Amino acid sequence: MTALQLKNIKKSYGTVDVIHGVDLDIQEGEFVVFVGPSGCGKSTLLRMIAGLEEISGGTLSIGGQVVNDIPPSKRGIAMVFQSYALYPHMTVYDNMAFGMRIAKESKEEIDRRVRAAADILQLTQYLDRLPKALSGGQRQRVAIGRAICRDPKVFLFDEPLSNLDAALRVATRIEIAKLHESMPDTTMIYVTHDQVEAMTLADRIVVLSAGRIEQVGSPMELYHHPANLFVAQFIGSPAMNILPARVEKAGAETIVTLTGGRQAFLDIATDASQQGKPAKFGVRPEDLTVAQGEDYLFEGQVALSEALGEVTLYYIEGLVEGEPIVVKVPGNQPVRRGESVRFTADRSKLHLFDAEGLSYRR
Amino acid sequence: MEQLAGALVTVVIGVLGCAAYFFGSNFLLDAAFPSRGRDPLTAARNMRRANAIRPWLFLGPALLVLGIYLVYPVFESLRLSLHDRSGRNFVGLSNYVWMANNPGFRESMFNNMLWLLFVPALSTFLGLVIAALTDRIWWGNIAKSLIFMPMAISFVGASVIWKFIYDYRAAGSEQIGILNAIVVYFGGEPQAWITIPFWNNFFLMIILVWIQTGFAMVILSAALRGIPDETIEAAVIDGANGFQIFFKIMIPQIWGTIAVVWTTITILVLKVFDIVLAMTNGQWNTQVLANLMFDWMFRGGGDFGRGAAIAMVIMVLVIPIMVWNIRRASAEMEGR
Repeated sequence: MTALQLKNIKKSYGTVDVIHGVDLDIQEGEFVVFVGPSGCGKSTLLRMIAGLEEISGGTLSIGGQVVNDIPPSKRGIAMVFQSYALYPHMTVYDNMAFGMRIAKESKEEIDRRVRAAADILQLTQYLDRLPKALSGGQRQRVAIGRAICRDPKVFLFDEPLSNLDAALRVATRIEIAKLHESMPDTTMIYVTHDQVEAMTLADRIVVLSAGRIEQVGSPMELYHHPANLFVAQFIGSPAMNILPARVEKAGAETIVTLTGGRQAFLDIATDASQQGKPAKFGVRPEDLTVAQGEDYLFEGQVALSEALGEVTLYYIEGLVEGEPIVVKVPGNQPVRRGESVRFTADRSKLHLFDAEGLSYRR
Repeated sequence: MEQLAGALVTVVIGVLGCAAYFFGSNFLLDAAFPSRGRDPLTAARNMRRANAIRPWLFLGPALLVLGIYLVYPVFESLRLSLHDRSGRNFVGLSNYVWMANNPGFRESMFNNMLWLLFVPALSTFLGLVIAALTDRIWWGNIAKSLIFMPMAISFVGASVIWKFIYDYRAAGSEQIGILNAIVVYFGGEPQAWITIPFWNNFFLMIILVWIQTGFAMVILSAALRGIPDETIEAAVIDGANGFQIFFKIMIPQIWGTIAVVWTTITILVLKVFDIVLAMTNGQWNTQVLANLMFDWMFRGGGDFGRGAAIAMVIMVLVIPIMVWNIRRASAEMEGR
């Protein structure tokens, strides 16, 4: 069942268009993550769903009902803010109870729901405290508890982990994942710029850029089959290496010539009209391996190598103007600076994009 | 013209004098403890000594002036309040006994309490409402400037303005006071407003409210802007309406600032003097403590003992609020 439907949603401030017509269907119980660089409009989109920003064009339906002109409290949503947005003068209990008190719920019902939420989030012993007496992680849990108490159809998270330190971020991320598992009927929409959060939490990821959807898909779909250069470089860390190339032979399998003169064979079909046209060749740092012998994709001097313990990163300069080629090899394999190394990759892991940046699908 | 020139010369001499004092004293200090051209050990010791003394050179004049004009008068007032009208013969507490039985003093106390209840409450309330409303309209800043302007007018100046508002002309003649003009326009009898006992107190209080609302508005407006938007958005999602957001989310978050504004105006009200002096001089049952003190001290022969006793009462009333206010303000500061 469709929980949420965005039809040609637009947002403009005066003459400046921020969101250029977004179409998206979100299923009930789905965990959808909006991800994109800052300024791409992901938070604006979430705030429009919440009702905190007016919708300039298009229709938004929640549970089959158009909610464009319905106030936030009546949309069946709850929102968790980046800054927690707890009411500083109220105890944890009152923070969670506030919405229900406004809605004139009975005392017993309020108490039942607050205690149930506190129980899920291990906040029971803090119910009498003020937010300022809590740690960052506890505050965010209270904010989540306040959302749970509203018993919403759709949960909205606006970068909820950004204000937490690294360790807490991981712990809270797992808690959110568990929370979603425990509420299978509740739809969750989560905004983040952190792709690790997106990859680990999402059923589906919506990649946004400059107010447009670049691609919608499961995390693995986005990783293995990016629709375009933007998604290819946004998903994955370090980002996918892109090398200018020229299509040498189009067909069921394609042969391209890379900068540096080497040829690459790809299991990707291209149209005969592409013969001789420029293209972009992509390969992820983790798919590259050190080549033994004469079969390699490119050769370059290691400008810098970073040993991280579990992996080692090589930065190869000189092949692409301005940007180094990054290679990620497992374990600790130190290489001397300036040493010339040849790299290759499994042909099934190579990507090819046309001159406009659109992906040739495998 | 002569006075203007005199004032100008005074200002120039004052500013130059201050500059000369700071340059001169620092020069002398550096000359007494030279740090240049000495062996490192002496230089370090001299520098340390000079740095220990330097703050006092800057603080010195202010401390001296505060001592002469604030600390000394407190003790002198206390002494005077225990002496007779000439300030020479010790009379114990008899000035205070007289005060307790004096109807004029009781009337002043009563009026001061009225001022105390009415002015801070109304100023703070109006300031808060105006601050909240002007944040939402495009001409809010113009409105704020207009409301803030009376702050720049002296109390006596404000009283002169309001004297015109309350001005009374006999029935049948042209009313130049706007209040009477309105009353007459609607067919009423013109009134000599400031001579109507009890209510005239409120006509006087309105003047101070008019002045102080601007102050309350500016401070509270800043506090309202300091409230994080997210808490308000969270309340919107929780379903709170405008009133609920204002009273349950915004007001509690700026409660500390409201208290500081309230007490600051309260302290001002306890000392209210100029408005009463200029408007009624305490006639028609509008007497207040400060004006009563002034009357006894400098008019009707000048009874320094009784005047000082009344001054002590005002001080005792102000001190607790002052202490609380300062504590509150510094707590607010730390909270930021």
